[in-house]
Amino acid sequence: MTSTLSADLALIIPELILAVGALALLLVGAYRGEGSSRVVGIGAMAVILAALYFTVCAGSAETVHGFHDMVVIDGFGRFMKVLVLIGALAAIPMSVDFLKRAGVDRFEFPVLILLATAGMMLMVSANDLITLYVGLELQSLALYVLAAFMRDDARSTEAGLKYFVLGALSSGMLLYGCSLIYGFSGTTNFTDLAKGIATLGGHGASIGLVIGIVFLVAGLAFKVSAVPFHMWTPDVYEGSPTPVTAFFAAAPKVAAMALFLRALTTPFGEITGQWQQIIIFVSIASMLLGAFAAIGQTNMKRLLAYSSIGHVGYALVGLAAGGEQGIRGVLVYMTIYLVMTLGTFGVLLVMRKDGKPVETIVDFAGLGRTHPWLAFVMASFMFSLAGIPPLAGFFAKFYVFLAAMEQGLYTLSVIGMLSSVVSAFYYLRIVKVMYFDAPEGQLETPLPLASRIVVTVTGTLTVLYFVVPGALVAVAGAAAKTLVR
Amino acid sequence: MIADLAQGWPILSVVTFLPLVGALLILLTRGEGEATERSIRSIALITTIVTFLVSLILWAGFREGTAEFQFVEKHAWIGETITYHMGVDGISILFIILTTFLMPLCILASDVIHTRVREYMVAFLVLETLMLGVFCALDLVLFYLFFEAGLIPMFLIIGIWGGPRRIYATFKFFLYTLLGSLLMLLAIIAIYLTAGTTDVVELMQFDFPVGMQYWLWLAFFASFAVKVPMWPVHTWLPDAHVEAPTAGSVILAGVMLKMGGYGFIRFSLPLFPDASLYFAPLMFGLSVVAIIYTSLVALVQEDMKKLIAYSSIAHMGFITMGIFTFTEQGLQGAVIQMISHGVVSGALFLCVGVVYDRLHTREIARYGGLVSRMPVYAFVFMLFTMATVGLPGTSGFVGEFLILTGTFKASTLTAFLAATGLILGAAYSLSLYRRVIFGELVHADLKDMKDLNWREIGTFLPLMLTALWIGIYPTYFTTATDASVQNLITQFRAKIAANAAPAAPADAAPEAGQGTGN
Repeated sequence: MTSTLSADLALIIPELILAVGALALLLVGAYRGEGSSRVVGIGAMAVILAALYFTVCAGSAETVHGFHDMVVIDGFGRFMKVLVLIGALAAIPMSVDFLKRAGVDRFEFPVLILLATAGMMLMVSANDLITLYVGLELQSLALYVLAAFMRDDARSTEAGLKYFVLGALSSGMLLYGCSLIYGFSGTTNFTDLAKGIATLGGHGASIGLVIGIVFLVAGLAFKVSAVPFHMWTPDVYEGSPTPVTAFFAAAPKVAAMALFLRALTTPFGEITGQWQQIIIFVSIASMLLGAFAAIGQTNMKRLLAYSSIGHVGYALVGLAAGGEQGIRGVLVYMTIYLVMTLGTFGVLLVMRKDGKPVETIVDFAGLGRTHPWLAFVMASFMFSLAGIPPLAGFFAKFYVFLAAMEQGLYTLSVIGMLSSVVSAFYYLRIVKVMYFDAPEGQLETPLPLASRIVVTVTGTLTVLYFVVPGALVAVAGAAAKTLVR
Repeated sequence: MIADLAQGWPILSVVTFLPLVGALLILLTRGEGEATERSIRSIALITTIVTFLVSLILWAGFREGTAEFQFVEKHAWIGETITYHMGVDGISILFIILTTFLMPLCILASDVIHTRVREYMVAFLVLETLMLGVFCALDLVLFYLFFEAGLIPMFLIIGIWGGPRRIYATFKFFLYTLLGSLLMLLAIIAIYLTAGTTDVVELMQFDFPVGMQYWLWLAFFASFAVKVPMWPVHTWLPDAHVEAPTAGSVILAGVMLKMGGYGFIRFSLPLFPDASLYFAPLMFGLSVVAIIYTSLVALVQEDMKKLIAYSSIAHMGFITMGIFTFTEQGLQGAVIQMISHGVVSGALFLCVGVVYDRLHTREIARYGGLVSRMPVYAFVFMLFTMATVGLPGTSGFVGEFLILTGTFKASTLTAFLAATGLILGAAYSLSLYRRVIFGELVHADLKDMKDLNWREIGTFLPLMLTALWIGIYPTYFTTATDASVQNLITQFRAKIAANAAPAAPADAAPEAGQGTGN
């Protein structure tokens, strides 16, 4: 493959914009000092918008490889990048009000988000184990700092440290897996791996390679917070400042899922049988744990952490099914999940109880009476997360289970459905608290404009998705086609 | 003349979504207080009445004597294969009329609700749209969407405006129904993957492998049996009924339970004929247990609403039994019985509501001797008691008679056992009536009870007339369903014959069916 540097650089314009933008804004912040968070925040949003523009509009629609096949730009990557950028774009304005009240509205926050986003973009495009690792670490290091962003707060620092230690552990496992794969195949490149395995036929998987895949999956499962590597999720979600949690739950999850899909489908698509069982187990365990562990929670962020574990389980149902249908299912799922999550955290961020940020479920008591519209939107998100039609969450589940049934994964499907009944219980509990219980305490809604916009947009999308459900599915289908050849 | 009015515009969509427009109007009203509350009530009432009138145009335009779907609308929805497909035939038209008919009465009966009236009316109007959608949908995914979405407003109605144990009841209602429905969703996905379509009309021509039918049938059964509800998954119903506000009970008993029976007729029989035949003894067994067991349970109830709730389960047992006789009488009877039960049980819940609003208790022992204070009420209550017992001349008789005739053809023993349910039914209904209406007026607070006011009489009058109308001149209703029911049975028999002919060792089929599922 002959490629010039300029042609290669042209492929990663969005990533370059993010990286350069982050550095430039860092300088702006450093020169202008403390009061610059507003300017930097707006600048960061402009940078993300520019990256979004170049991701969507510029570049060819073809699948292109660059940097000696280290990165790949294709429809699948473009789809996931758009989701990542939207998640990041929403996170910055949503955080402003919260951080200002907490006294930590520093200019580093948007810069860190930009750096993390650049890492995620690289993850999505990775076509080599090295690129995968570099992207992952760039993202993770920025996220560790973000988790500990409220440095005077014991819980936040604890969350950051916990995330860092456990994240380092998982990175270690991932690297070990990569080295095993390299050792037993002689290459780190996804395309070459796929070729090598294909020439060896069905029994192309040596034991060493399979063990390598297992470690790789373990590391990736940590990043998407799938059982049994989920332990960090509730603590980090609970301890981190709420806007950071909102960011964690949205963009990095999408990016990690994209990585998960590509790292298993492109190089190891030929030997699906070797890793499919692992994914099925991880998926079932995540769905069940997400459903049962959330029942006892009283803290809203902790509950959403378990809920996200469950939802990762549902998305992995699509990966377990594999193939174009399965990937499409995951893409649709992640899109709808992103919308619902941003909306739910948006609701959390527009409310304050007795002058403090809203944390526990009880804080929602009587919201249906005091703030009917907010309660309505929140109830829509809850019913949608539970997968009740006609809300968007139903269609998300529909497509992953469609793929699973097509592959004959009946047990997985039935367990998934049953666990979604269990999880419906705790989503309903929030609706119950909002509508059936009497209001307590002083609930203010300062209604910061940005969060209000996020809540309105995501709420509308969730409620009215059923009117034109076909468009997203068609786009996701086209994107999935580029990943599965 | 009126018949022509129904042509040329998407009347089904209009009927279905008209209540939603009313709900939006209510959401747009501003302010609190008496005046706003009144205008919200009138918007809701006018919306439901207009919906009823439009549905009457629909009925007038409905052509009898054909089994084809009418007023069909079909638009692309999710991709090419899953469509927005609406249409009615002789089976569904009556349910649509029943829904639109009961709805204004429910709004009228909701005058006693004074908390959060806006949300209340919005929930009811949204619920009406979803219920109508269930009966109009001719695409499985569309059907599922309406079917399942109905849980949300009902969850809120019971949970917000219900009685003291409302939270337990509404969670139980929601989770029970959800569990059944999700299995049906998997079956719908399996159907889509096998047949390549979820269009009901096309699926009726499609032959599913017999082995697969058993699994699909069971998945649909899980959903509909909970909804009907059949013994032993009926336990959510008494709780939900007791805790629900009066209008909620009326809709629950009057329409939502019918979705289960409708589902059996619309999907289980035509799509999975062999499985339906295979499982018919199971259905008979469960139905008979429901009829006898819940009737006995009803006999010992101390709570009026609970008694009527158990009687509903028994009556629904008749309906499931009638459906699985696969005879014309049985199916006709099931449809008529569902309509009749919708009217009569709805009316009985309203009757309970009348005294509950005055005394705020549903305990039977707290009443007695009401006839001397409330003669008009006593008359109304008597008429509906007779209708639920199945006295000739009332609507209850027609349905039960047809069902028993059909069952007698299919299984004499089942018919015999079910007939004892009639006697038990008379026992608990009449004993309820005697204990509430007759006897000495011993409780002092009953002396001040006022008889029905004009609003209440206005609510009951249409119900009484309908109950008598079905009882005295049932042909008017049976001719509407006749062609569709006959066609259903003809198709059913043809499919059974076609599947039986090549596969002579049919006994091996169930085992084969279990094999494919794993």
